[in-house]
Amino acid sequence: MISMASTMTAQQTRSTAIDPRAEAAVEMIGVHKWYGEFHVLRDINLNVRRGERIVICGPSGSGKSTMIRCINRLEEHQKGRIVVNGTELTNDLKRIDEVRRDVGMVFQHFNLFPHLTILENCTLAPIWVKKMPKKDAEEIAMRYLTRVKIPEQANKYPGQLSGGQQQRVAIARSLCMNPKIMLFDEPTSALDPEMVKEVLDTMVGLAEEGMTMLCVTHEMGFARQVADRVIFMDYGQIVEMNTPDEFFKNPQHERTRQFLAQILH
Amino acid sequence: MTTAVDMRHYVRSDKIEASPPPTLSRGPLAWMRENLFSSPLNALLTLAVLYLLYVIIPPVVRFLFLDAVWTGTDRAACREDMVGHPVGACWAFVVEKINFFTYGSYPAPERWRVNIFFLLLAIGVGWLLWLRAPRRDLGAVYFFWVFPIASYILLTGGNADFGLGFWIKFAVVGLVLIGLLAGAASLLGTSIRTALIAAAAIVAAVGVTLAFIDWDFGLLPVPTSLWGGILVTLLVATVGIVFSLPFGILLALGRRSKLPILRLASVIFIEFVRGVPLITVLIMANTMLPLFLPPDTGVDRLVRPLVGTAIFASAYMAEVVRGGLQAMPKGQYEGAMSLGLNYPQMMVFIILPQALRIVIPGIVNTFIGLFKDTSLVSVVGIFDLIRAIESSRIDPNWAAPTISYTGYAFAALFYFIFCWGMSRYSIGVERRLAAGQTR
Ligand SMILES: Nc1ncnc2c1ncn2[C@@H]1O[C@H](COP(=O)(O)OP(=O)(O)OP(=O)(O)O)[C@@H](O)[C@H]1O
Ligand SMILES: [Mg+2]
Repeated sequence: MISMASTMTAQQTRSTAIDPRAEAAVEMIGVHKWYGEFHVLRDINLNVRRGERIVICGPSGSGKSTMIRCINRLEEHQKGRIVVNGTELTNDLKRIDEVRRDVGMVFQHFNLFPHLTILENCTLAPIWVKKMPKKDAEEIAMRYLTRVKIPEQANKYPGQLSGGQQQRVAIARSLCMNPKIMLFDEPTSALDPEMVKEVLDTMVGLAEEGMTMLCVTHEMGFARQVADRVIFMDYGQIVEMNTPDEFFKNPQHERTRQFLAQILH
Repeated sequence: MTTAVDMRHYVRSDKIEASPPPTLSRGPLAWMRENLFSSPLNALLTLAVLYLLYVIIPPVVRFLFLDAVWTGTDRAACREDMVGHPVGACWAFVVEKINFFTYGSYPAPERWRVNIFFLLLAIGVGWLLWLRAPRRDLGAVYFFWVFPIASYILLTGGNADFGLGFWIKFAVVGLVLIGLLAGAASLLGTSIRTALIAAAAIVAAVGVTLAFIDWDFGLLPVPTSLWGGILVTLLVATVGIVFSLPFGILLALGRRSKLPILRLASVIFIEFVRGVPLITVLIMANTMLPLFLPPDTGVDRLVRPLVGTAIFASAYMAEVVRGGLQAMPKGQYEGAMSLGLNYPQMMVFIILPQALRIVIPGIVNTFIGLFKDTSLVSVVGIFDLIRAIESSRIDPNWAAPTISYTGYAFAALFYFIFCWGMSRYSIGVERRLAAGQTR
């Protein structure tokens, strides 16, 4: 009873509370994955509703990256079902393309294309995947580059930008495809401390606009500020899942308590 | 203030202005002392190299220039016993034979056609290689479509005279192809209109090409058996270079493909072709190519070694390109895939431009090797530059002791100029790319 009540208040304090009946953006049902003999994902069940912000944490090697990479099929799952925006991921290439068009991803190491300018990085996919005219694509790209506060870098190459700027370009590049879901895989962990904030601010902005987000991160301040749910993973399993308030104040599982004790000091 | 002070607390109060570096010693003497004689070992090496240069350079200069004979009409000019002083290179021989070296036995009144071919080739190469040239897309169309057709017509005389039956067959095949593509499009659920336009464009391009080849331009036909010299060397090298890169890329992609059949086929092809000497490939192409094709399609004598060199170079190119592909970080593939690019788009826009850039030195190395290997086509009876020199140097009219050396020196100079040009160009491109962007 008590925990229910506090869940309610936590939800109400958020500007955009998630309607529990909102459509599912990502459904993972009994998902398993193996790398050879190694069982990386074990019975993952997760339902992400549209507009929901999920933060995933857990020790290194626990399968966080693998899990979110299954959502846009950078990794293939071997058992269970994954449905993204109503499209089930199978070996059908057409469906995979469809899902990838709707799901943006931001990586730890940015993965910008070093041989293209910032603007070209942002317009390539809209032009070739969405068949958008070049002019429109550039206009949209400039809009998002302005949003991440680096329009003046448009004609530089990625190698000429700082890490934080590169990561913001990576976010803008994904946004140019107008995705319905954004995946973040430790977007700030390759950055110098003073650049972390500029990237997190961008992500908070996105969250406030109602983007569906799944974010692997150990930035617990960010989790507290924007997450609707925090997921803790270990040994390829979801060990605990709760609202941030409950998760940090009152962790239930032994492993979660150990982990939090380590990262929160 | 010059001694180091052991301090526990320190806060800088003044700012040190930037100052120029301490004056470096200048002047040739100082430079030599620093760079050539800085240590006993260095001094020894310098002296050894100077001695080597002293041994090598003067005789070479004497042979090539000082004692060389520049004018003359026959062996009398180049024989020591006739002119009465030591004779070096007999450039008069090269001057007299230069037409033969350039065109082989191509009929003299028709040689202007070969000259136009050289000019067209130079234009195409320049257009493509000059990175800031205008309309390089048109340049590619020119080099890969207009130039081959024009060269074919110019050099052979065109006028293939296909006959009506051929054109009827072509029309039927073309219509069937268009129909098939449209059918495939409707099956795959893609736009039928796009498929129709694409198919019609392909058929039209092939048709126009064939029509040009068929057309009688009134040029005297010149069989390939008369072609020779630099013409053939450049032709074989150009065809080899132009085909080896795209085929090499396809083979490299095939070798990394997830489809086992494709991968196996690529591996077998690459390993087999790389595992046998070029001479073997050439001889096989010469004798076996006609066996694979229907008996009535006589494969031209010159086409066989062209196919052989192209195949051989592709296998090497494939491995060079594969090296570049392997150097690409996984993140580049993932970045491209996460944006929804499909495999061809990812390869063409993201992976290949970067992978090929990494292996420019290897690609140019393969080109240079290929360029020199073209001299092996003489083994299967093709009259390239080396063969032309070989057959001229035994001309009794020019029987003189230094004739052979002169001929080989000319060949060396020719090959060196082209290979050195390629090498310089690749260095220039690498520098430009390095300046353009850093990782
Ligand atoms: N391609 C692969 N082949 C084999 N094993 C892999 C592969 N990729 C990951 N693994 C293993 O799978 C496990 C989970 O990896 P994953 O990258 O999902 O961990 P993670 O939770 O993201 O860790 P981190 O916090 O270090 O990024 C790890 O033990 C890793 O060694
Ligand atoms: Mg990870």
